[in-house]
Amino acid sequence: MAQITLKPTKVPELYLECYNITPDAFAGKSLMEIADLDAHEGKIKVKLGDYFDIAGQSGNTVEETAIKIEGDCSKVKYIGNKMTAGSITINGNADMYVGGWMKGGKIHVMGNVDSFCGIAMEGGEILVEGNAQNHVGCAYRGDWRGMRGGTIRIKGSAGNDIGTFMLGGTIIIEKDAFIHVSTHAEGGTVIIKGNVQGRVGGQMVKGDIYVLGSVQYMLPGFKKVGSVEQKIDGTEATFTHYVGDLGERHPKSKGKEVYANLYVLES
Amino acid sequence: MAEILIRNGFVIDPTRNINGDVADIAIKDGKIVESVGASAKVIDATGKTVMAGGVDVHAHVAGPKVNVGRLMRPEDKLHKSPHAQKNYRMESGFSIPSTFKTGYDYARMGYAFVMEAAMPPLHAPHVHEEIHDTPIIDQAALPVFANNWFVFEYLRNGEIENAAAYIAWLLKATKGYGIKVVNPGGTAAWAWGLNCLTLNDPVPYFDITPAEIITGLMKTNEYLGLPHSMHIHQNDLGNPGNYEITLESLRLAEGVAAKNNFGRDTVMHSTHIQFHSYGGDSWGTFESRAREVMDYVNKQKNISIDLGCVTLDETTTMTADGPFEHHITNLNHLKWANTDVEVETAAGVVPYVYDKNIKVSGIQWAIGLEMGLYAADPMRTFITTDHPNAGPFTRYPRIIKWLMSKQAREETLASFKHTDKVIDATNIHSMDRELSLFEIAQMTRAGPAKALGLSGMFGGLSVGMDASVGIFDLNVNDMPSDPEAIEKAFARACWFIKSGEIIVKDGDIVSHGNKRTIWVKPNVAENPQVIRDIEDKFLKDYSVGSDTYQVRDYLAPNPYVIEFDVEA
Amino acid sequence: MPKWITQVGCPYCGASCDDLEVLVSDDGKRVLETRNACAIGNEIFHHAQSPSRPKLPRMRQPDGSMKEVSYDEAIDYTAKTLLAAKKPLIYGFGSTNCEGMSAVARVAEKGGAVLDNCASICHGPSFLAIFDNGYPSCTLGEAKNRADVVVFWGCNPMHAHPRHTSRYSIFPRGTFTAKGQMTRTIICVDPRETDTAKLADHHLMVKQGHDYDLFDAFRTVLRGHDIPDEVAGIPKKTILDAAKVMKNARFVMIFFGMGCTHTDGRNHNVDIAISLTRDLNAHTKASIMAMRGHYNIAGPGQVWSWQFGFPYCIDLSKGTHAHMNPGETSSIDLAMRGEIDCFVNVGTDAGAHFPIRAVEQLKKHPFITVDPNICMASEISDLHIPVRVVGVEEPGVVYRMDNVPIQFKKVVDGPEGVPSDEELFDRVYERMCELTETEPIWLLAKDHAKAATNAEQ
Repeated sequence: MAQITLKPTKVPELYLECYNITPDAFAGKSLMEIADLDAHEGKIKVKLGDYFDIAGQSGNTVEETAIKIEGDCSKVKYIGNKMTAGSITINGNADMYVGGWMKGGKIHVMGNVDSFCGIAMEGGEILVEGNAQNHVGCAYRGDWRGMRGGTIRIKGSAGNDIGTFMLGGTIIIEKDAFIHVSTHAEGGTVIIKGNVQGRVGGQMVKGDIYVLGSVQYMLPGFKKVGSVEQKIDGTEATFTHYVGDLGERHPKSKGKEVYANLYVLES
Repeated sequence: MAEILIRNGFVIDPTRNINGDVADIAIKDGKIVESVGASAKVIDATGKTVMAGGVDVHAHVAGPKVNVGRLMRPEDKLHKSPHAQKNYRMESGFSIPSTFKTGYDYARMGYAFVMEAAMPPLHAPHVHEEIHDTPIIDQAALPVFANNWFVFEYLRNGEIENAAAYIAWLLKATKGYGIKVVNPGGTAAWAWGLNCLTLNDPVPYFDITPAEIITGLMKTNEYLGLPHSMHIHQNDLGNPGNYEITLESLRLAEGVAAKNNFGRDTVMHSTHIQFHSYGGDSWGTFESRAREVMDYVNKQKNISIDLGCVTLDETTTMTADGPFEHHITNLNHLKWANTDVEVETAAGVVPYVYDKNIKVSGIQWAIGLEMGLYAADPMRTFITTDHPNAGPFTRYPRIIKWLMSKQAREETLASFKHTDKVIDATNIHSMDRELSLFEIAQMTRAGPAKALGLSGMFGGLSVGMDASVGIFDLNVNDMPSDPEAIEKAFARACWFIKSGEIIVKDGDIVSHGNKRTIWVKPNVAENPQVIRDIEDKFLKDYSVGSDTYQVRDYLAPNPYVIEFDVEA
Repeated sequence: MPKWITQVGCPYCGASCDDLEVLVSDDGKRVLETRNACAIGNEIFHHAQSPSRPKLPRMRQPDGSMKEVSYDEAIDYTAKTLLAAKKPLIYGFGSTNCEGMSAVARVAEKGGAVLDNCASICHGPSFLAIFDNGYPSCTLGEAKNRADVVVFWGCNPMHAHPRHTSRYSIFPRGTFTAKGQMTRTIICVDPRETDTAKLADHHLMVKQGHDYDLFDAFRTVLRGHDIPDEVAGIPKKTILDAAKVMKNARFVMIFFGMGCTHTDGRNHNVDIAISLTRDLNAHTKASIMAMRGHYNIAGPGQVWSWQFGFPYCIDLSKGTHAHMNPGETSSIDLAMRGEIDCFVNVGTDAGAHFPIRAVEQLKKHPFITVDPNICMASEISDLHIPVRVVGVEEPGVVYRMDNVPIQFKKVVDGPEGVPSDEELFDRVYERMCELTETEPIWLLAKDHAKAATNAEQ
């Protein structure tokens, strides 16, 4: 796989919107052409070459293109925006929208990410070694079609609104989460390996949530139905099985209502 | 204003029965004239089609429910907003475009006039603020009357004269155009969570039925002699088997004669008739009844219709038929906005996806086109999508393509998941008719202009008429074999001249023109009872003052007022 | 003879009362007396007369003092500052008319700015909920005429909207509510015993921050399922009783306020309130309404929705299309993250309302305030430009909390030479066009001054 290395050369005064840092935009381009790709700082149109030293070689196809960012991208948005294949590695933090509207390929962030990581994702993999802010794998405002596929793994903790309006795919938060997990979801799986404060599965229609830590405040719309043993992301354990949100509408299958499932580790 | 000469185009003007003759069109001071001087700007239209500016009889483009749709659907903008033309206002949205985009897009398609199809009177200042911000096109708005307490009380007592005096007052107060009827009685019932699904369901607390409301408003319309006929969205929209109630309400026009000085022959305009021509008794047995409805429309000459064609897009439904929107949200579970408006009306908004993979969507698509293809009189059958309900108005060129090309219809039909089931439930597959450019000009220009009582201004290219002219890249003697070329030609006019000013060149906007707000001011004799009733209702039932209610003149800064005296 | 002007709109709260009467002096320059206004509304009409009101822009000097400058100079500075910034933020609009909002939108588009309004720190979460779940609502006259059960959730109109309960929600005698308060059952959900709670038949003292849980309990009960013995600090029986009252009503009206939008979960509290309203419509008729704060804070949500498709947090910096995503494009987030380099505060007081850290960030860059009065924001600004007071000296369209347009009047002339927001921003726009050598875009000729409106009175 051919690799392009981007080395940040200066910190933008405001924030950079680098919607072109994707294997899709880089594939088949020369270093000069890549340096000439557009980005925005506020209303000022800039070039990637203004902010990054660009080395290496791009692949002939998107699949064959790997991008490595050697440095901090705390003020860079939209890395991996709408990417369909290839890979991106960020040796540092990244700002908002990492892997937003992503359809395929892999993104690996060594540091933390800000909000809207994996927003409206359809496929591919995102791995974040650090923490994520809010709205991991959520839908865009107003859209009832949230995350549809792919996997997001946050090795640290995450904030609120994880998997809002989720329809498919998997989100794993290895540490704690704040509030609102899978709100309005109609599919997909969210695994929280730490603790979560509350509002887990509110207005949820279908889908699965696993909490391997504790839920501080359970919603009244979730009802305990039993106990199951299951292996989840490498952990084999006994979970208390709840169904809900009983306050929400639910589809019927073979005459029976289909609920969302919440599994909480039995302590 | 500069003089313009459009040379050598194939002119299609149904108002003078001109069908593709090569001729010149001369323009001066915003009007069509006999001839212009040597210094006139010459536009070479050789090999191209020249038609009057388009007239849209029914679209939801300005006002509170349109804006609720814009507000509640950010996803309708995401990755869907085209990039702005340099030095023009930004353009936003697909199914419910921003006001700027609305004006620009209509102009790009060569449209000169658009009727906002439902204005809640209480929100009239809002409607006019949006019309003000919609560039280029001339617009008017139809206030809704069929769930209004004044109207109920006057019609229940058979007081046509009082209803007329009230409607005349309201048209002036709201700068409105005519009488719009939406789910008569049903929307008023919705204020209590109910509906009127037949013509004889009494309206709760008002002791009147939908049939009486329709008949009464039709009579009031002719008493006033308004330019447009009563414009109706019937009861029981969108439900399997509703074609019977549709026929029943159309029959109410029998024996009612048009009385006006605006060249209008019709007394009822039945809008988005596709939504009202359904057979079957469930979604499983859902089928087309386009033929039954059109057979009646074809022989009943005092009725006009518009199609309301489904375009197979993700769109936004919005209507003053409040109970229907509640019904839709219960079907598709998507977000639902509702606004009940005191004393007058209601409205609802729900996003909707007409999916090629869903049988019912395919059947709805077929029904809309069938109605156009069954039409015996294109002067009474108009192309619409009930924008944005069955699809956005920007799809008119695609509908024209489907109506003009069996090949295009078959290609779409073949792309469905349930092609065979759609064919079984409809007649479209067996219909070979392909409409001509002349018939398209009738359905989009001459016909709607006549039904609106605007045939003196719009719809034709006679001397003295408003100089709104579209030039399209279609050679009438050598029509393209690829139907896509028809859609492309109508999507972006080569030239569009609006009221004598060049607005579009090669599909791009080049001027903001000088749009007008058209409204109707019938002068009736002073009616003390109605004045008392108005004062009384504003004190007791409304939450605003009667003075606050009336639209200030500056909100319609370039008005075209149709003022006339009503003979008692 | 002094003259009474009737049906005057009140430029205070979101109830946007239009039944005020104002006594104006012979010369049409002074307000002498008002009728029907609440104490605050009355004060606004009198305060506009204050001799200490600024009548010229004031520019910060190198020594830190403020010096009066001409409007031309202030307009030139504003135009140049907006053009020079990479990402300006124009925020506010709690107190101006729609004409002003429209004029500002044109400036923002030209300047590649982010356009935001006070909803961002107030009912913005309600917009997020509307995006996700819709808004089954009605006009206030419907509440007056029909509602027999009225729920106040996280709002206290007795203080925040002084005439709301008498005009629309508790006391008025409407068409189908002829006995006024006697017809209505009032439910109040609030952690505190507010003055509105004191009027209620049922007061549910929800545990602070647990509104979402309580909404979920109501929904669960309405679908016939059991709930725990206590939810959000409220005993099950109380919840069952209140649910029954709502279910058996003929028309339920739910008003909610910042108690929902400004506790944990924010938009989700409103979102599930909307879900509850939807659910209730399976049993009876139900409507919900945000208790919007200012008399025209619903205005920018309307004007900018029709112009750009979004009600707030509108990022116009790309020049080609508008982008909105609160959490990113919202004023506080932009300020806190240091994402903007110029701030224009219009018809509000960001100095008083924003978190101090946000204000500190904003103060690193040019800071301009447009407001009739001296306020905290004006006093920390680099430039303060006074304008006429809408509803007193300037007519125009405003949107009430139920999005009904109300056409406000002017009752007296403004101070000589002081422009309206609309006039000011149109001049800023023209100056920006001059500086960039571009043609201004006017949709219609600008000769439609409101002279006609003034004459109508």
